[in-house]
Amino acid sequence: MTQTTAESPIRKQRAQLNVRTLRTDRWWLTPALTFAGLMSFLIYGIWAILDKSYFAEPYIAPFSSPCLATSCPEGARFLGLAPFGDWYTLPPGLLILGLPGGFRLTCYYYRKSYYRSFWLSPPACAVSEPHTKYSGETRLPLIIQNVHRYFFYLAVVIGAILAYDAVLAFRDEHGNWGHVGLGTLILLANAVLIFCYTLGCHSCRHITAGRLNHFSKHPLRYKAWTFVSKLNARHQQFAWASMYSVMIADLYVRLVAKGVINFPFA
Amino acid sequence: MERHEYDVVVIGAGGAGLRAAIEARQQGKRTAIICKSLFGKAHTVMAEGGAAAAMGNVNPDDNWMVHFRDTMRGGKFLNNWRMAELHAKEAPDRVWELEEWGALFDRTKDGKISQRNFGGHEYPRLAHVGDRTGLELIRTLQQRVVALQQQDEREHGDPEAFIKVFAECTVTRLLKDGDKIAGAFGYWRETGDFIVFDAPAVVLATGGIGKSYVVTSNSWEYTGDGHALALLAGAKLINMEFIQFHPTGMVWPPSVRGILVTESVRGDGGVLRNSEGRRFMFDYVPDVFKDKYATTEEEGDRWYTDQANNRRPPELLPRDEVARAINAEVKAGRGSPQGGVFLDVSSRLPAAEIVKRLPSMHHQFKELADVDITQEPMQVGPTCHYVMGGVEVEADTGAASVPGLFAAGEVSGGMHGSNRLGGNSLSDLLVFGRRAGLGASAYVDGLAARPVPAGVEEAEAEAIAPLQRTGGENPYEVHHELQRTMNDLVGIIRKSEEISEALQVVEKLKERSKNTASAGSRIYNPGWHLAIDLRNMLLVSECVARAALLREESRGGHTRDDFPGMSPEWRRKLLVCSAGPDASGVTVEERVQPSMRGDLITLFDRAELEKYLTEDELADYDAAVKES
Amino acid sequence: MGYKAKFRVWRGEGGEGKLEDFTVEVNEGEVVLDVIHRLQATQAPDLAVRWNCKAGKCGSCSMEINGRPRLGCMTRMSTFDESETITVTPMRTFPVIKDLVCDVSFNYQKAREIPSFTPPKDVKPGEYRMQQIDVERSQEFRKCIECFMCNNVCHVIRDHDENKPAFAGPRFLMRIAELDMHPYDELDRRESAQEDHGLGYCNITKCCTEVCPEHIKITDNALIPMKERVVDRKYDPLVWLGSKIFKRSN
Repeated sequence: MTQTTAESPIRKQRAQLNVRTLRTDRWWLTPALTFAGLMSFLIYGIWAILDKSYFAEPYIAPFSSPCLATSCPEGARFLGLAPFGDWYTLPPGLLILGLPGGFRLTCYYYRKSYYRSFWLSPPACAVSEPHTKYSGETRLPLIIQNVHRYFFYLAVVIGAILAYDAVLAFRDEHGNWGHVGLGTLILLANAVLIFCYTLGCHSCRHITAGRLNHFSKHPLRYKAWTFVSKLNARHQQFAWASMYSVMIADLYVRLVAKGVINFPFA
Repeated sequence: MERHEYDVVVIGAGGAGLRAAIEARQQGKRTAIICKSLFGKAHTVMAEGGAAAAMGNVNPDDNWMVHFRDTMRGGKFLNNWRMAELHAKEAPDRVWELEEWGALFDRTKDGKISQRNFGGHEYPRLAHVGDRTGLELIRTLQQRVVALQQQDEREHGDPEAFIKVFAECTVTRLLKDGDKIAGAFGYWRETGDFIVFDAPAVVLATGGIGKSYVVTSNSWEYTGDGHALALLAGAKLINMEFIQFHPTGMVWPPSVRGILVTESVRGDGGVLRNSEGRRFMFDYVPDVFKDKYATTEEEGDRWYTDQANNRRPPELLPRDEVARAINAEVKAGRGSPQGGVFLDVSSRLPAAEIVKRLPSMHHQFKELADVDITQEPMQVGPTCHYVMGGVEVEADTGAASVPGLFAAGEVSGGMHGSNRLGGNSLSDLLVFGRRAGLGASAYVDGLAARPVPAGVEEAEAEAIAPLQRTGGENPYEVHHELQRTMNDLVGIIRKSEEISEALQVVEKLKERSKNTASAGSRIYNPGWHLAIDLRNMLLVSECVARAALLREESRGGHTRDDFPGMSPEWRRKLLVCSAGPDASGVTVEERVQPSMRGDLITLFDRAELEKYLTEDELADYDAAVKES
Repeated sequence: MGYKAKFRVWRGEGGEGKLEDFTVEVNEGEVVLDVIHRLQATQAPDLAVRWNCKAGKCGSCSMEINGRPRLGCMTRMSTFDESETITVTPMRTFPVIKDLVCDVSFNYQKAREIPSFTPPKDVKPGEYRMQQIDVERSQEFRKCIECFMCNNVCHVIRDHDENKPAFAGPRFLMRIAELDMHPYDELDRRESAQEDHGLGYCNITKCCTEVCPEHIKITDNALIPMKERVVDRKYDPLVWLGSKIFKRSN
């Protein structure tokens, strides 16, 4: 509606500036650090999945929990079950990897971070991206990102299992309750951070009450939404904290299992 | 030359202009909205407090009569009482219809529009959205225009069939056919090309005149365009001597000079000090207030915690008293380095308490001035805020004395008398914006034939002149000198000699402005635009100064050092400005203010009226009371 | 107190132009817009710049300062080194008219494409009843001062002019969210948000939120919730089934 002299030829062009950005700050630092951080997680994850020392009574490494294969040691099996029979010979961690993996992969925060740091789309604000075409999440494959909420449901289950693992860690290596080792605390802290991250998820925020237009008619859901919103405001921080906590917890258990760290301090 | 034909042309896209345009369009008139800025940037966005409307949502005792009384008191009974009546009666409907258009005001517990207290209003009355009510208002009206355009697109295939916005377009002349309005002449800021509107009705909604002053809360657009266009077209301005100065505007840093510092800083314990560190307000308590205000700092400080047994500190005197005191301190050389005084709250309250009580002020100073008000004092001084005067209009239709010319909002005069209450401007522009739109539509309906505009060539020659001169005056310098002159000599406190001196300066500046030259091309050339605006600012400044010189009393937004009292005789008189079509021969005449209707004046107590009315008027009042 | 600053300002008309160097006085407490105004008053009287309120409330003086979208009136000179050269350019995403002034009509075009507030016909003015908690979300979005810096910084159109017809930009996707969350709005805006206004183009890289001078959480509070609402409508069989069975509405 503000078109003025629309026929005037002078107004169709952007300012001609043939540089990618005029930013003078170190705009590349954040994507570079993000890239390094995410890469370290990927590399560690691959190693951890293949590593076999994932259990040291009473601790189970988070990357391999729940342990559902017959190859899992007795005490490591989730609720003592081993629904996958002898035919399954691959590392048990592979069975459940997709659940938290998919949750993080489709998470709104992680999407931002890897779109920026891996795909450079854009690398930083007001810095041109290198791609000539862009269709975002309008079509395959990226339209699949919309499944995030299903991964959220599954991630809640995984989160609950990690919490259960942390509770079991209050036993000593002989199964007696009352033990509190460094590992117990690490697993506990990890479970808390995982929950803060999982419940602060944008899908969770939507499901609790975000989809409603009348909060006032649903006071309980509104309360839940308010709580989730608080976590959500720190989603990025919880994403990183829980990513590192799960790595640390996992590595710690493996080091105990390998005998590098010994009880009773563990 | 680009030419458009419309039924109603609205100049200005602030609250009043948009409301007028919406009304004209709803009356089926082809309507153009012309604005100097982009659509939605008008000065209305700066309004914070709210829109006063006696809806009675918070206190059910509120009604239009209470609002009417408050408005008349605020204006020291100089208001056009019919306007004040219409305003008080219609404001609630105008606010409610905004909700239907998508506005989201803050709510009460029972889901109604919340209303807040404000100075001069007896009950909580201001519909608001936090401290950004003006933005909400303008966005809602803007989106209403868009909604109407979408409707036109569905019905006519062209969104701009009935209402079109001409953004970044400045009108420099109204065109006439004989004594009637016939259109408007202007230029596109963007290209510098000229444009002519053929229209039998023009609604002025251009806002105020603050840019004639150095220290102002107003934006660059406030160059008094509507005031000047009306004068040049033969209409009259009234009450131009009444300009509202807010006592505490920021004076430093330069970028935010004039931005308001809310009164609650003082209400919450902030004190005013001069460069010697003295709380000077104790030296400025006038006799009439002597028994109501503390005489020692100790007593004043006790008031904040114990209001029953102590008198309030003099920092909380009425606005004009505070502004006068600050002004005197600065003139006596005891001002702060940047020409204000210190407003200090940092030494009065713990930092956390300041942040809690004054979040927006803390944020404003932090972001704009890099001043942490919990650590250091603010520098403040009076700032030009609002002009009560404006185009003389008929209350019911917004019609000016020139057929086809209408005005609404700050550019019209009368509604607020000598002093406007906070919150009454947003409701004013809604009520009278609508009425001006209706008035213009009815006027167009009653016309037998469309007028034919004359004077396009002259307008063109006038507008292009600064670009064609070389080596003339720098318009920025002329502007700056005008601002300084008005600020220093026709500012908050006025004296006969100073005003006369200002008039001489204005006379010289008028000559210099005729010789301004603007370098560069016609495309988006701010130097050229300023050269054109100078004519308006000078003309309006002259009206202000001449009216201020004549009115020998102090009332509301007009304070004369040499005539400090309020005079009932002067209350009956309005000062009316007119000028010739070539911007020369500004004259100011006295006119008698019509007496208030019997049923309205009897809403007041006699005791109150005695302070304002003459003996004759009081006799009429007694007769009216007997009759009722 | 004062010092001489080095400024490089893009000057030109209709796209053609270049960065011009100026040395200009800067005084304590000034912002970039003040310096631009000093250039106007002393060295370049026809230097074009938009501005209105000078208080960060109108959103007129959007520009790019050292490559970052900023409001000229809210960028204090004290945030720069005195030796630093400050580069000021017009917004990159929109065609330039002259110097720092862009043709932002794209935004007004998009504004008109978003269906307006659609209240129920039987509610009369004065009868609206809404709870504060129900209007707060939309109120946040209504703080928008329309500086259009979010639309300017968004790479979807900043780097890909060809996406302009299909993408409304953060400002107007937020407007859709505002209306969709309005307690009295009756239109289902989810389908059109995705299909007509290009919500799917957003890859939530959050630059809009980063540059917003009003600190509106555009991405977290408007765009992502809107994406989730679209999922309800278009990609979630469970919700779809649930709504069929229970005939539930909000």
